[in-house]
Amino acid sequence: MLKKIEEIFFRSLMLISNLLIVSVLVIILYSIFRKGLGALNWEMLTQRPHGGYYYGKEGGVLNAIVGSLYLSFGATLLATVIGVPVALFMNVYLVKRRKILNFIRFLLDLIWGVPSIVYGAFGFGLMVFLGIKTSLLAGIITVTLFILPIMIRACDEILKTSPLGLLEAALSLGSTKTETSFRVVLIQSFSGIVTAILLSFGRAIGDAASVLFTAGYTDSIPTSLNEPAATLPLSIFFQLSSPVPEVQNRAYASAVILIIIILVISLLSRALSKKYHKNRI
Amino acid sequence: MNENTKIKVEHLDLYIGKQHILKDINIEIPENKLTIILGPSGCGKTTLLKCMNRLTDLYHDVKINGSIFIDNEDVLHTKTDVTEIRKKMGLLSQRPFPLPMNIYNNVAYGLKISGRRNKKALDARVENYLKQVNLWDEVFDRLHEPASKLSIGQQQRLCLARGLAVDPEIILADEPTSALDPISSETIERKFEELKQQYTIVMVTHILRQARRIADYVIFMYMGEVIEQGPAKEFFENPKMERTKAYLQGAFN
Repeated sequence: MLKKIEEIFFRSLMLISNLLIVSVLVIILYSIFRKGLGALNWEMLTQRPHGGYYYGKEGGVLNAIVGSLYLSFGATLLATVIGVPVALFMNVYLVKRRKILNFIRFLLDLIWGVPSIVYGAFGFGLMVFLGIKTSLLAGIITVTLFILPIMIRACDEILKTSPLGLLEAALSLGSTKTETSFRVVLIQSFSGIVTAILLSFGRAIGDAASVLFTAGYTDSIPTSLNEPAATLPLSIFFQLSSPVPEVQNRAYASAVILIIIILVISLLSRALSKKYHKNRI
Repeated sequence: MNENTKIKVEHLDLYIGKQHILKDINIEIPENKLTIILGPSGCGKTTLLKCMNRLTDLYHDVKINGSIFIDNEDVLHTKTDVTEIRKKMGLLSQRPFPLPMNIYNNVAYGLKISGRRNKKALDARVENYLKQVNLWDEVFDRLHEPASKLSIGQQQRLCLARGLAVDPEIILADEPTSALDPISSETIERKFEELKQQYTIVMVTHILRQARRIADYVIFMYMGEVIEQGPAKEFFENPKMERTKAYLQGAFN
């Protein structure tokens, strides 16, 4: 009897927390879409802000869409190129050095928690040191630093689950640790790695504070790495700060655009990784 | 060293942390014979096996003293690259770990990484080794499907084929039939009896009946020590040590 009550109690508790979380998400999405869809039009997507855009006149946020895509693709690419090999190194080469490994994981978890504005300040300091001005490049470097711990730890958690037996099997066939890393362990965990990359991409495209001082903000579309670039989160921030109601609604429209970009990229990469995976595992 | 001794272990001690896992192991494993390392679970058999191709390098906090000679080369203290040492030894583990690629590439993997890329030669070798393990007839029409689609028994045979494909001299097998159904187990056992003409096979098992069926030479371990070793006939019919007698009569395990 007691067991039954316990079962019912915990089951309803889980159900309630599930419903709570889902409903919060639904409410957020609903309010964004309700305010945003009205303001969303073709012009928003295809035009740069013209003079007076922030007072409610014509124009769009193409500058921020393009800027955000450049920035987050650049940063995700860089972070993947650096982060995935680091995670592989940890799980193939350092697998024996458990103390060092735990220390690295601890450090990464620690810097994962550093707020992105601190990365922004650090990036700014780095820019001053290197003598580069507010630009797409500076933004990409800063965002890369910001998402690297996320990328490495997410990949690491995936690779950790790769069985030791597989590593042993590959090594026994006479492959070096590098061959084992890239041809066996990485492939085995491929879909998990894609998820880790997506997670980092989401953080990269959604963050405002790290790009505030580094990529800056501009109404034009950058044509080189040395020009400043606008981003959607900052665009949302500036539009929300406006006293004009139409402009505030445009902020929600920009949020809708951001959400749709993330959605499309997630679905695309998942589909691709599934297709790739099907032929191997 | 005896003339046809392939592997000779001398005064091998292995610690994990403060735990003394292998205690002064001295064994000689004959060439082109099937040697069984027998003993109850947790006696150190698998660890001993993994010392031979230095997979113990992967484990945390392991300390090893002593020597393991393979063809007069001490694999624990050698300048030879550990990758080269491992190539000499195929490994068959308790359960199969197919590589995340198709059936064909699982067998071709070892050949490809050692630089053999000629398509025709690869095709021929893949077919040859798949036939050797009696898998060809079951998979010839789906070589490009993922290896993970095969049954466990088929996967284990595939792992054997992929190990043989890199031309080892020794086959290390760690309870290779423990995850398999009786028919697949029998296939592996029969294969081993054939393969021992060309290969030195070292197989770990805790199954007494299996040891009786196929062993040429037996090493009996208990609690990290080698209790007794010798030719199978002698070992089973005329054991010298009390512990061996007790084990053979099923007193423990």
